[in-house]
Amino acid sequence: MFNSRIFSVIRKEFQQILRDPRTLAMIIIIPIMELFLLGYAATTDVRNISMAVWDQSKTTESRALLDAFRAADYFILEYFVGSADEYQALIESGDTRVALVIPPDYDRRLIDGNAQVLMVLDGSDASVGSTALSTARLVGQAYSTEIMGEQTLLSGRSAPSAPVEVRTQVWYNPDLDSAYFNIPGVIGMILSFITSILTATTIVRERERGTIEQLIVTPIRSWELIVGKLLPYVILGFIETFEILLIGHWWFGVPIRGSAALIIITSGLFLMSSLGIGLFASTMANTQQEAMMTVMMFNLPMIFLSGFFFPIAAMPKFLQIVSLAIPLRYYLIIIRALLIKGVGIVAIQNEVIALVIFGIVIMGAASLRFRKRLD
Amino acid sequence: MTDYLVNATGLKKSFGATRAVDDVSLQVKAGEIYGLVGSDGAGKTTTMRLLVGALLQDAGEVSVCGYDIQKQTEQARAQIGYLSQRFSMYEDLTVLENIRFFAEIRGLSQTEWLPRSMEILEFVGLGKFKDRRAGQLSGGMKQKLGLATALVTRPRLLLLDEPTTGVDPVTRQDFWQLVIKLVSQPASLNVERSTFNDESLSNTQHGVSVIISTPYMDEASRCHRVGFMKAGKIIAEDTPSNLRARLNGRVLELRGSPINVLRHVAHQDEDVEDVAAFGDKLHVRIRAGKSELVMGRLPDEIKSAGGTLIDLRVIPPALEDVFIALSER
Repeated sequence: MFNSRIFSVIRKEFQQILRDPRTLAMIIIIPIMELFLLGYAATTDVRNISMAVWDQSKTTESRALLDAFRAADYFILEYFVGSADEYQALIESGDTRVALVIPPDYDRRLIDGNAQVLMVLDGSDASVGSTALSTARLVGQAYSTEIMGEQTLLSGRSAPSAPVEVRTQVWYNPDLDSAYFNIPGVIGMILSFITSILTATTIVRERERGTIEQLIVTPIRSWELIVGKLLPYVILGFIETFEILLIGHWWFGVPIRGSAALIIITSGLFLMSSLGIGLFASTMANTQQEAMMTVMMFNLPMIFLSGFFFPIAAMPKFLQIVSLAIPLRYYLIIIRALLIKGVGIVAIQNEVIALVIFGIVIMGAASLRFRKRLD
Repeated sequence: MTDYLVNATGLKKSFGATRAVDDVSLQVKAGEIYGLVGSDGAGKTTTMRLLVGALLQDAGEVSVCGYDIQKQTEQARAQIGYLSQRFSMYEDLTVLENIRFFAEIRGLSQTEWLPRSMEILEFVGLGKFKDRRAGQLSGGMKQKLGLATALVTRPRLLLLDEPTTGVDPVTRQDFWQLVIKLVSQPASLNVERSTFNDESLSNTQHGVSVIISTPYMDEASRCHRVGFMKAGKIIAEDTPSNLRARLNGRVLELRGSPINVLRHVAHQDEDVEDVAAFGDKLHVRIRAGKSELVMGRLPDEIKSAGGTLIDLRVIPPALEDVFIALSER
């Protein structure tokens, strides 16, 4: 099975990779860059939202409400204003996202049990807006429950009409830290992007530089050439996986709860898909640039439909069906489940089967298209 | 089983509407240097690529050492060394790394490749450049590396596609000396052929066979046999001297002044097929059997046109004259 011709191709490939500083940089630095970008900048955790307050009541009761908002840790009570125009200006300029208006009769109505406050939200950034909204509701609800309790206690009435209290339990990622979610995604993205681009360009480069002509006339068989060209990138793909896993674990604190063997095996299966896409793209391109563009054409929709950035459940039905043909979708489910939930093979078996099928199909199609000829 | 090392019959290959190779047959014997000549676009490179199986022919058959190039590809290719027109070594690998890579994928073992590579590098004169990156070699050295790579597994057939195009005359001369040495001195480089399994051929003592394509006539005249290609066909095939003999007595050399007048007068003559300038001389090709007539009347015609004739004689035709004559037909 493993013969010296394949070994010669692998050695040659590594010699070339090691002598090409740009490829090396791409292999080593890009994963780190993307990891830090997505680990920090792309965080969807909304904290420290600036808030303007128009407290028309200025009573002990209103200050108690403001303290409740402060304590929630999501808002910074940055501006205290005296008119509607003022907070409107602050929201328009983007200096603040949220305004809280407490009416003058707040303390009186609180005793009557029908106190209302107004929350004005900047909805132009949907994710900040919705988080601020739900947080504000939670704070208000918690606070009103607390007050009701106190009132019941004070009035001495029995069997208070206690409002329904929802107690939440977040599993696996109690702080809802988005790095937990993003970093496994980065592994999938790197594996699909870099390996497919590298394999497509390394094969097309032979054609572009004319070296394919000399390769063609040697007795090496097509499959030996394919295996020899792809194996180095399998090895590099694994090195990158470990690189991201280690940085994700030590720097961002992402847990690795599943078995290492399962992570390696499923990553290997996913690599087969990416390499297949690269190989397929190489059979359609004549220059490295064309190869790059072809791979992008495959990869960009894949990233967006994979559930990395946007949840698949929120997509229109048609796109949900399309996403079934996207290997990254399955790998994201697998790697997130393995790292964060620490599940076993049974929980992910369907996704693993999907990866195997996709890998075989794309590899098969690419190998059939791969001709050891010039025409 | 034929005696031919290469036997190609009825080869055809089209790219879209272009018939690049149109019914080409050629046979090459062991130890023969076969030249494929013709202008750019005549189909030389496509023919070479069909012979080596890098392209799939639309029709026809190629056998190399008795193996069909498309059906017994690996066995046939084990007998072939191929130097493509375009430099096809890895520029980011050194000379030795390149030759090692191709030696190994063509079947030389871990213990064989190094002595054999060094032997062949010394043979082409690249021994002391073995650690230089291929991309940093001069044009001639690149071609020698290509030749060394083609030779490293001791092929019986060497296909050289315009190996000397764009190479300086001294290096071209060097290159040809290497090719001639290969064909004439089999013992030094080509004796051990343990992989070769065809008895009728392995017993022959000839050196390698060479098929070389070239646009240069001086190179064509070094070949044992020349096939002249035009528009995808071999329109003439013979030894260089037989090809030249086709124009025996039909090429005149004219010297005199002003050269423009001489050229004009020669052109006007109804029995003159072609006039070509060679420096201060003109080569005038005459219709078959009309040389005497033309030689008789040309001096008078030149004089009456106001020109001076210094010398007029029949010269032995050069291959170039034949080439031009064939190109026009």
